[in-house]
Amino acid sequence: MTTPDSGAQHGTVTELDRVTIRFAGDSGDGMQLTGSQFTATTALFGNDVSTLPDYPAEIRAPAGSLPGVSGFQISFSSGDIHTPGDRPDVLVAMNPAALKVNLGDLVPGGAIIVNTDAFNDINLRKAGFTEDPLKNQSLQGYNLYEIPMSTMVAGACEGLGLSSKQVELTKNFFALGVMFWLYERSMAGTEKWIAEKFAGKDAIAEANRRALHAGYAFGETTEIFHTHYRVAAAHLPPGTYRNITGNEATALGFVMASKLAERDLFLASYPITPASDILHQLSSYKHLGIKTVQSEDEIAAIGAAVGAAYGGAMGMTTTSGPGMALKAEMLGLAVMVELPLVVVDVQRAGPSTGMPTKTEQGDLLMSMFGRNSDSPIPVIAPATPAECFTMAIEAWRIALHHMTPVVFLSDAFLATGAEPWSIPNVADLPSIKVENAPASDKPGFRPYQRDPETLARPWAVPGTPGLEHRIGGLEKLDELGTVSYDPDNHHRMNLLRAEKVARVARDIPPTEIYGEATGDLLILGWGSTYGSIRSAVERLQSRGKRVSHAHLRYLNPLPTDLEAMLKNFKHVLMPELNAGQLRMLIRAKYLVDAVGFNLVRGKPFQIGEIEAKAESILGESVEAAK
Amino acid sequence: MTQSELPVLTKKDFESDQDVRWCPGCGDYSILAQTQKTMPTFGVAKEKIVFISGIGCSGRLPYYMNTYGFHTIHGRAATIATGLKAARPDLMVWVITGDGDALSIGGNHLIHAMRRNVDMKMIMFNNRIYGLTKGQASPTSPIGKKTKSTPLGTIETPIIPLNLVAAAEASFIARSVDTHSEHLQEMMQRAGEHSGAAFLEVLQNCNIFNDGAWRDFTDKSVKEDRMLVLKHGEPMIFGAEKNKGIRLNGLRPEVVTIGENGVSVADLWVHDETDPDATRTQILSRMWWPDFPVPVGVFRRVPRPTHDQLLVEQIDGAKAARAAKGPVDLQKLLASGETWTVE
Repeated sequence: MTTPDSGAQHGTVTELDRVTIRFAGDSGDGMQLTGSQFTATTALFGNDVSTLPDYPAEIRAPAGSLPGVSGFQISFSSGDIHTPGDRPDVLVAMNPAALKVNLGDLVPGGAIIVNTDAFNDINLRKAGFTEDPLKNQSLQGYNLYEIPMSTMVAGACEGLGLSSKQVELTKNFFALGVMFWLYERSMAGTEKWIAEKFAGKDAIAEANRRALHAGYAFGETTEIFHTHYRVAAAHLPPGTYRNITGNEATALGFVMASKLAERDLFLASYPITPASDILHQLSSYKHLGIKTVQSEDEIAAIGAAVGAAYGGAMGMTTTSGPGMALKAEMLGLAVMVELPLVVVDVQRAGPSTGMPTKTEQGDLLMSMFGRNSDSPIPVIAPATPAECFTMAIEAWRIALHHMTPVVFLSDAFLATGAEPWSIPNVADLPSIKVENAPASDKPGFRPYQRDPETLARPWAVPGTPGLEHRIGGLEKLDELGTVSYDPDNHHRMNLLRAEKVARVARDIPPTEIYGEATGDLLILGWGSTYGSIRSAVERLQSRGKRVSHAHLRYLNPLPTDLEAMLKNFKHVLMPELNAGQLRMLIRAKYLVDAVGFNLVRGKPFQIGEIEAKAESILGESVEAAK
Repeated sequence: MTQSELPVLTKKDFESDQDVRWCPGCGDYSILAQTQKTMPTFGVAKEKIVFISGIGCSGRLPYYMNTYGFHTIHGRAATIATGLKAARPDLMVWVITGDGDALSIGGNHLIHAMRRNVDMKMIMFNNRIYGLTKGQASPTSPIGKKTKSTPLGTIETPIIPLNLVAAAEASFIARSVDTHSEHLQEMMQRAGEHSGAAFLEVLQNCNIFNDGAWRDFTDKSVKEDRMLVLKHGEPMIFGAEKNKGIRLNGLRPEVVTIGENGVSVADLWVHDETDPDATRTQILSRMWWPDFPVPVGVFRRVPRPTHDQLLVEQIDGAKAARAAKGPVDLQKLLASGETWTVE
């Protein structure tokens, strides 16, 4: 058996800095698995990686149909990268529908690797091809590699006593084997995964292993590939790394927050794409003392979180846009009773059910204002999958220290996308602990007597002798906390609630700027657009443009250093995957004529798109100066 | 803390300093008084007791109790109680709700709190009307009921609350009447002593918007003949003369007179609160005046592990299983899966 380490390779080797591959096939073809296996191996090899899973909301749309196409894009590099790549260099298409859906994204001259066995009349018809694209000239501008994958795996798996259907299911590992050969990757990680996944199912494990090796050997021995590629390991900062998705990092961040606060974590959640994985992961941590409840609905989930918070636990809930809409009234209650609470909204394309598996940044204004009356809540947003970890801790730090609900805005791209994560040293993470109000033997406890610095009220948890008191959704008399309809008191309490949240701005790190502090153009972003914006700014700067990038993690309250920063640039460009929600806030607050770049296609910005938009602003600026 | 170490508390200890603001003559006054009288009987420290309510006239009750209290939002008290009890199994959690709060806007939470057997004691004030919003039909208003929102009479079949919670696997089900103070106290006490989800329906009079909703059978002058006081292990006998009873003919209850047509006490249905099968609970819950006397008392009381107990058991089990493999190392948890080191 030849392995990548044996050095026995045919053909030439081409060195590349960066490659973007898209695996595409039917929802049942295992493309997400193939992609994540390639990612794990590539990350372990030492490349910087960024991924974009793209799958339909239907669990199994009709086989071979266009809506049933599932894709997984990975970009890997010998340098620092921030995005899963604008357009794939290589497309692995397991059937005609996958080819049809993805061909338009492929770079001109890119490579297409197809499973020719799937290009039969039925599948071609389902994909809407009137003639076989492999046989006419339509793919002429690309490097087409035709491999009868189903036939190949059937041969490889002979004698295992498996049905032809079972054997057919292994063809994704064949494709993976081909890609491993093509990019000089080791099969060891995937072989280990197969052994663990199919433990006790020897024939299935063997079939997948054989398919993987058959693909690898096919690349090595056939003459269809004239070259294979080498993408050297990246020079990442020193540290121990793992590959991590945003949802994984979010869940681990909450575990760590609980540890750093020395307080029990309680999660109540209702299943919803793309947030459910956080519920799954935290539910598997019973041994860490984490309590989880799968609630009967979205309202019950946040209700239980508020109840747990009232009891002194770190009560939280996870959801996506439609669930967030349902939680509005309970969030208002949390604002009124001033209890710490974290609500995770993994945003997806809307309105309504929208496109549940596709990304968007459409819930910012709902998080800010989507409650009756003036109801201020801090809102924060991680910028990358790995950053979900630190921002999850931040969410809790703010909630606990300021006695307020906090909204954590992730999105589908962050949640399911992955990147290498430099694992922090647990011992280095600072405490976020707060104390409960102490027992008292004096009458007259004041549940709304505030900390003079933060304006946080005391956390007086049931079970504490002497602090028996009543709270609720009715307006509270300042300090005493009894029900009050006094007009001036209501006005004062409204101001206090606003000021309490505003003071969170004193407690957040300064806004970083990438590039010069003054210039022609500041690109201001938030959330998962980070990678695309940063890459675009790197390119613009390398061409000598006076462009800088600032990326907001704290959306409410906005950082106090932002205003000066905005006013140091001639132009401000704000790319958002919505109709301009943060831009509306920025323009209103700072009277800055920020320009929007807004696309809602359910997918991240391409670097080139942002670059082009920036160029057009800079160009107009030059024109105007003439 | 054992019971003997607690100071002896009285009703007064459970009265808050807030003025009670229900309409004069409201049945809620009696329910509040019985609640305050019952609390000292549990031997639970006052700071360990929490009253959680939703919205409606009933929702104000926590303000009048000198315990921990949380007046939440419409229909959702059970959700907050679920989270509180899960986080804090040491607390005694009461939920105060009404027919609109629990059965209409909060209907989903009610059935799930019951099936989960959340260790909460829910008292539902049933006055068959929306009082706080000034008189609209509720889910328990009888068909044909004319209200501001149903000027020609409701066209909707009412919910039978106890039938609903029996279907939802409630482990404790009881009914009492606001003005029957001793019976109400007894029911509260028994609800409080139950481990698990307890549901107590209190037939309560709204003298402003639905006066006399239950008068036909709760009035002192007729209640002996028109109500059936359930007693565990005893035959179902009622009537001023104690000569009427309920006989079960298959699954069909019948009113019979003892000593007539050869009927003796031995023929009567003997009440069993602990019957694991809720079928008979449901039959009882559907008995209604004028076809039957209206039953009050404990309909059902069955032991079942509570939600918080099972949750803690799972956690303890998982911790023990994990401890066998060595201490939990969060650094290792963060590094789960494949890792690589860059020098």
